[in-house]
Amino acid sequence: MEPVLQTRKISKYFYEPEKFQVLKQIDLTVNRGEFLCLMGKSGCGKSTLMYVLSTMDTDYEGELEIAGENLKGKSQNYLSAFRNKHIGFIFQFHYLLPEFTALQNVMLPALKLGRYSRAEIESRAYDKLKILGVADQALKISSKLSGGQQQRVAIARALINDPDIIMGDEPTGNLDSYNSNLVFDILQELTHTYRQTIIAVTHDEDFANRSDRVVEMSDGRIIRGDNGNASPPHLV
Amino acid sequence: MTPVVEIAWTHIVSKPKQTIVAMLGVTFGIGMFIALVSLMTGLNQFTEDVTMTSSPDIHIYHDITRERQSILEEMNPGGINVVHHQKPKAETPKLRNALQIVENIRKDPRVSGVAPTLSSQVFYNYGPVQLNGQILGVDILEEDKLFDIRSRLKSGKLEDLKSNPDGILVGTGLARKLNAATGDRVVITTPEGYTMTLKILGTFQMGIGAVDNVRAYANIATVQTILQQDQTYITDINIKVHDRQKAKAIAPEYEALFHYKAEDWETANATFLTGVTIRNIITWSVSVTLLIVAGFGIYNILTMTIYNKMKDIAILKAMGFAGTDVRMIFMFQSLVIGFAGGLMGLIIGYLLSWLISKAPFEGGDIVSLDHFPVNFDPMYYVIGIVFGVLTTAFAGYTPSRKASRVDPIEIIRGQ
Ligand SMILES: Nc1ncnc2c1ncn2[C@@H]1O[C@H](COP(=O)(O)OP(=O)(O)OP(=O)(O)O)[C@@H](O)[C@H]1O
Ligand SMILES: [Mg+2]
Repeated sequence: MEPVLQTRKISKYFYEPEKFQVLKQIDLTVNRGEFLCLMGKSGCGKSTLMYVLSTMDTDYEGELEIAGENLKGKSQNYLSAFRNKHIGFIFQFHYLLPEFTALQNVMLPALKLGRYSRAEIESRAYDKLKILGVADQALKISSKLSGGQQQRVAIARALINDPDIIMGDEPTGNLDSYNSNLVFDILQELTHTYRQTIIAVTHDEDFANRSDRVVEMSDGRIIRGDNGNASPPHLV
Repeated sequence: MTPVVEIAWTHIVSKPKQTIVAMLGVTFGIGMFIALVSLMTGLNQFTEDVTMTSSPDIHIYHDITRERQSILEEMNPGGINVVHHQKPKAETPKLRNALQIVENIRKDPRVSGVAPTLSSQVFYNYGPVQLNGQILGVDILEEDKLFDIRSRLKSGKLEDLKSNPDGILVGTGLARKLNAATGDRVVITTPEGYTMTLKILGTFQMGIGAVDNVRAYANIATVQTILQQDQTYITDINIKVHDRQKAKAIAPEYEALFHYKAEDWETANATFLTGVTIRNIITWSVSVTLLIVAGFGIYNILTMTIYNKMKDIAILKAMGFAGTDVRMIFMFQSLVIGFAGGLMGLIIGYLLSWLISKAPFEGGDIVSLDHFPVNFDPMYYVIGIVFGVLTTAFAGYTPSRKASRVDPIEIIRGQ
């Protein structure tokens, strides 16, 4: 099994309103093609960990390695380019750029990457929208789409650069059960069909039970589901 | 189109009202700048032209009121001498060796023209009324080289004067006052009582009342006769130099060389030149103020846009757009607003200037003007657009930098 993301003893502190350790020596390995769910009580540090893993938060101790590259201490510009290429992010609130069409939203990260020509990017964007079942909405202004449609467009956007990992912080948290099932099915299909690695934070037990692996956090520590190369919590 | 440009452009066109308001600020600022500068520099240039036509680059004359050493000081050098209310010596304004001086100056390569003249106060007799005036004895062709009299002639020919010992060219204002036209005769009287009848061969208009209402040109010999002086009697030497800016440096040389007062045009027109400076200061400070106000408008609108677009900025950054990309998006927006607003400003400015140049203006007797003089120098249009774009670049800089530093986590977590 090929690890695509690996952390070594990641710790993080907040200093406001007082010094407080949110993440405590997190060791986590995620393998390629894995659909991993991150669970835990509210406030245990799931979102904080996701932001560190997504490279948007650089204020941590320990090491982060994605796609074989150690990202600790890299510059913001470097990390932006890295995110663009290797990571797709899905937010809880279907964050699309409201003035652009669904298609344009999906195309933007690819245009930024600049690996393909505009025509190729457009046809690839259509392909992704088709996988998500929203190809018919391609030319609509994104603010005119329903919540579920927007979230599917957002997933298409996360897929456009064939990232190594897709990360989602409660990607279905804002959807009704019909739509969250739909999104879950799509994510599952992505791992099974395309071997897409997915890390998702969720509160939904059903959702978690259908994933490949559940990692449970409590009070800034991983207490269950990490695949063994970390020290058991009681020894830390 | 790069995605940065595409995003910026979408922002611009998706909020047309906001964009137009921001643009109008720049348009107004630049439009007013153009109109103001065109009118002010037009006025300055007009007054400068007019003033320069009546003042030579360098004027050499015998300053008989100049301070001189008192006899007491000559007799008692180095002592404590007090002389109250010293009066000038009875001297004639004649320049000795004037023609020799003229020849010497002519050899100076910096000089493009030298015209010896003499002038006299005269009364023009109009029936029983006597009009005060001045008659200048000149070599009209030399004088033409200095003051371009030919183009200012309203009637008659310069050559006619040259060949006619009792002819004169009179200012249009003077001709009107005398109710005389080319071909008529006028009788003049000098303060010493000498009377002579002269024939008007033509009229000229310099554009300033102070000249046109009093001055007449005659041949040097004619004026020498009127003053009952000999053929060497010359009171003034007017000089034109190739580079007018050097006049101030050349004048003292001549003063030291010939021992007569040599005055450059800048000194002679000092009051007028302060007027120009003050007008320039006003013009530029008002323009800069207008542009700063426009800049604040852009600053506000951009700050507001960025505040409203926090979420978008966070998404862009999460998708892998760098801080510099985000900054470019907003800089591009402000530059487009600045450039488009500036171009519209140039058009508005041109239209305003054009309207002003067509507005009737009564110069009266002081200056001969019927419309406002407006300067359509394209230079000011270049300055206008450069200024506009620079202002918007400055105004957009801080908000754009702020946008580039938005921390996406804060925005995403804040939801
Ligand atoms: N910017 C911050 N400054 C200080 N403390 C913070 C900050 N952000 C989060 N925290 C604290 O860190 C802890 C972990 O927050 P985090 O958002 O990671 O929790 P979570 O597991 O995602 O919770 P939820 O399930 O409610 O989303 C919380 O106690 C929170 O109050
Ligand atoms: Mg959270």
